[in-house]
Amino acid sequence: MNAAMIDLAPALPEVFLFVAGLVLLFLGVFRERDGLSVVNPLVVLALLVAVVLTIGADKGPVLAFDGHFVFDDFAAFLKVLIYVTAALGVMMAPAYLADARMGRFEFPLLALFATLGMGMMVSANSFLALYMGLELQSLSLYVMAAFQRDSTRASEAGLKYFVLGALASGMLLYGISLVYGFTGTLSFDLLARSFLVGEGAAALPAGAVVGLVFVIAGLAFKLSAVPFHMWTPDVYEGAPTPVTAFFAAAPKVAAMGLVLRLLFQPFGDWAGQWQQVIILVSVASMILGAFAAIGQTNIKRLMAYSAIGHVGYALVGIAAGGVAGVNAVLVYMAIYVVMTLGTFACILLMRRHGRYVEGIADLAGLSRHQPGMALILGILMFSLAGIPPAAGFFGKLYVFLAAVDAGLVWLALVGVLTSVVGAYYYLRIVKIMYFDEPAEAFDTMARPELQGIAAVAAVLVAGFLLLPGPLLSSAEAAARALLP
Amino acid sequence: MQAYLAEYLPILIFLGIAVGLAAIIVLASMVIAPQHPEREKLSAYECGFEPFDDTRGRFDVRFYLVAILFIIFDLEVAFLFPWAVSLGEIGMFGFWSMIVFLIVLTVGFVYEWKKGGLEWE
Amino acid sequence: MILAQLVFYLLAFVTVAAAVMVIAARNPVHSVLFLILAFFNSAGLFILLGAEFIGMLLVVVYVGAVAVLFLFVVMMLDINFVQLREGFLQYLPVGALVGLILLVELALVFGSIAMEPALGGAAVSATEAGVTNTEAIGRLLYTDYFYLFQAAGIILLVAMIGAMTLTMRHRPDARRQDIGRQVRRRPGETLEVRKVPPRTGI
Repeated sequence: MNAAMIDLAPALPEVFLFVAGLVLLFLGVFRERDGLSVVNPLVVLALLVAVVLTIGADKGPVLAFDGHFVFDDFAAFLKVLIYVTAALGVMMAPAYLADARMGRFEFPLLALFATLGMGMMVSANSFLALYMGLELQSLSLYVMAAFQRDSTRASEAGLKYFVLGALASGMLLYGISLVYGFTGTLSFDLLARSFLVGEGAAALPAGAVVGLVFVIAGLAFKLSAVPFHMWTPDVYEGAPTPVTAFFAAAPKVAAMGLVLRLLFQPFGDWAGQWQQVIILVSVASMILGAFAAIGQTNIKRLMAYSAIGHVGYALVGIAAGGVAGVNAVLVYMAIYVVMTLGTFACILLMRRHGRYVEGIADLAGLSRHQPGMALILGILMFSLAGIPPAAGFFGKLYVFLAAVDAGLVWLALVGVLTSVVGAYYYLRIVKIMYFDEPAEAFDTMARPELQGIAAVAAVLVAGFLLLPGPLLSSAEAAARALLP
Repeated sequence: MQAYLAEYLPILIFLGIAVGLAAIIVLASMVIAPQHPEREKLSAYECGFEPFDDTRGRFDVRFYLVAILFIIFDLEVAFLFPWAVSLGEIGMFGFWSMIVFLIVLTVGFVYEWKKGGLEWE
Repeated sequence: MILAQLVFYLLAFVTVAAAVMVIAARNPVHSVLFLILAFFNSAGLFILLGAEFIGMLLVVVYVGAVAVLFLFVVMMLDINFVQLREGFLQYLPVGALVGLILLVELALVFGSIAMEPALGGAAVSATEAGVTNTEAIGRLLYTDYFYLFQAAGIILLVAMIGAMTLTMRHRPDARRQDIGRQVRRRPGETLEVRKVPPRTGI
């Protein structure tokens, strides 16, 4: 009960989000009629304030709340990425929600609480904090997936996500309990210290290794990495599109950040124990992401397989390890998030006769009717495929270079080969947009927020070569904070 | 440990008596009461026919809402017990810690009330 | 101590038997009732372990609330349970395999504890003498674990919002009783006296 325990400074962005969430809940419920239109911009504003607070905070690294919470350059990098992404995700939602007659103010609030959970995840410094953050995020996301409760598909998506997510949480807890049972602590700092090589601790106890594998399995689920990916396509397709857009971006960053901190801080000296697991998951994800997406006709489903593949590429960087590997993962996730948000902004603009369409065939001949949108989507597809000089190429380049440096040449080779296969289906969309017989035009909609996000994403992706400096340097600082 | 378990001995005895008494009552009614089993006694009373299918009616989904809100507040109360027991030890910080927790849930309660989740209509 | 062991075996046996009956019972309502029995006996096991707070929570939360919720759900769903059970045997091999894997893992865990007794001992820290389990939890939960405690609060809040958004429906057509309005009503608002001349309508 010393004074340091109530020092909220390191967690100021999260405390702010917490208070903002309560105030906005209060506000929303007393504005029954126009709740969404009042609360939604305020949630975006709150998330942006959290970004400012994160940037302005002292990146020590500092511990708070008896060592359960840590704030350093690594957490700061991920939090800025998560909060900005979440703010954009919330910004994209209200028009669609109003169209689908589910414009209720709970949606942005659930997104806010999910984002708070993500912030807690990347700052977690003990297994308990990790679990609480993860559950806060997951619980909010379960509800968001089923938000369109009158639609059977959305309810099915929510239920599937919930049941499988609960299973994953169970595996995670089982793993955590094994680690605790064999080491006697849940704190990452103590774990890292007790595992230090050459300090009497001869080997990681077998039970803790089993526990670690279970923890990785539970987290792979949240990352939607193979073999724990089976929920992804159904949930991506079934959930309302703004929810899918939200799902595809920020939570992936948070889960990746969690995996990075867990593997490199407490278990950093035991890379040999977890590296094979990560390699296996990574290879399986890359291959499945490349091949399973080929036959898809629904663009949201396609994006689900694309997400699985991209998680596989990012995991290559974790398998490589070292500052270069972590750096590559962080850069990759930042680029991935930009591409995903841009693509989903385009998908949200696909509306015909007042109904949202999701078929890839609906994009046929888009270049004739809406050349601007076709160009933007085309650039994003080139980037997702990893074709130079788009940003996606550089993301992959860093990851593969790190793998080659770490002696995992074959892993990089698998990555390159699956990228080539994956390029087929991304480029097929470009081909459909530019060379196929035009389908009926989409509704012309004045949605400046969607058009703006898509355009900015395309510009960032296409112009990555000109201005990679700030991203690379902050990712480097983050990686160095993780691996002192 | 021994002394701690001894505190629960009365409960054990109580459970034993409850189970024993229940068994005695059931057995006694089987032994003492006159039993003339007859198939007609089990059939539907007077007129009417055998039910065609399951007679179980469906519950309204609102029961579910009430039950889940009950669980949430039940958990909130569960957090109060250790707090009440150790309030002397944890000082003002522990006290305000619980107040913050209660404020969060009170906001949720106001939300429910205002949305009409507690009304039955 | 012999009594404690006897009680342990009794509780453990009933727990396992009730758990088997949860799956085996034909009527889903009976399954829930067996589940309650299993909860009660596990509560007894927790008390035997010295974790009386968790034991009581099991009774208060699981028996008192979760089991009731299960009953509601069972009664709410319009599922033909006979049909649902048809594929049961088909999944038995997979389920048995998963169970076997977990069993082997548990055996491995306990095996390695037996081999390295130092490990098993390091993990357990009993509460101080004279301090009950509940009080020991209370001393830590609200101060040292302040952060996690508040996180639990937010999770409960999100659960509330979630339950409300997913199941609350406004029925505008439902007639509600507003007692205040009933009482406030004056005859002048609803009654109107009109003169109706013969042979004409109103």
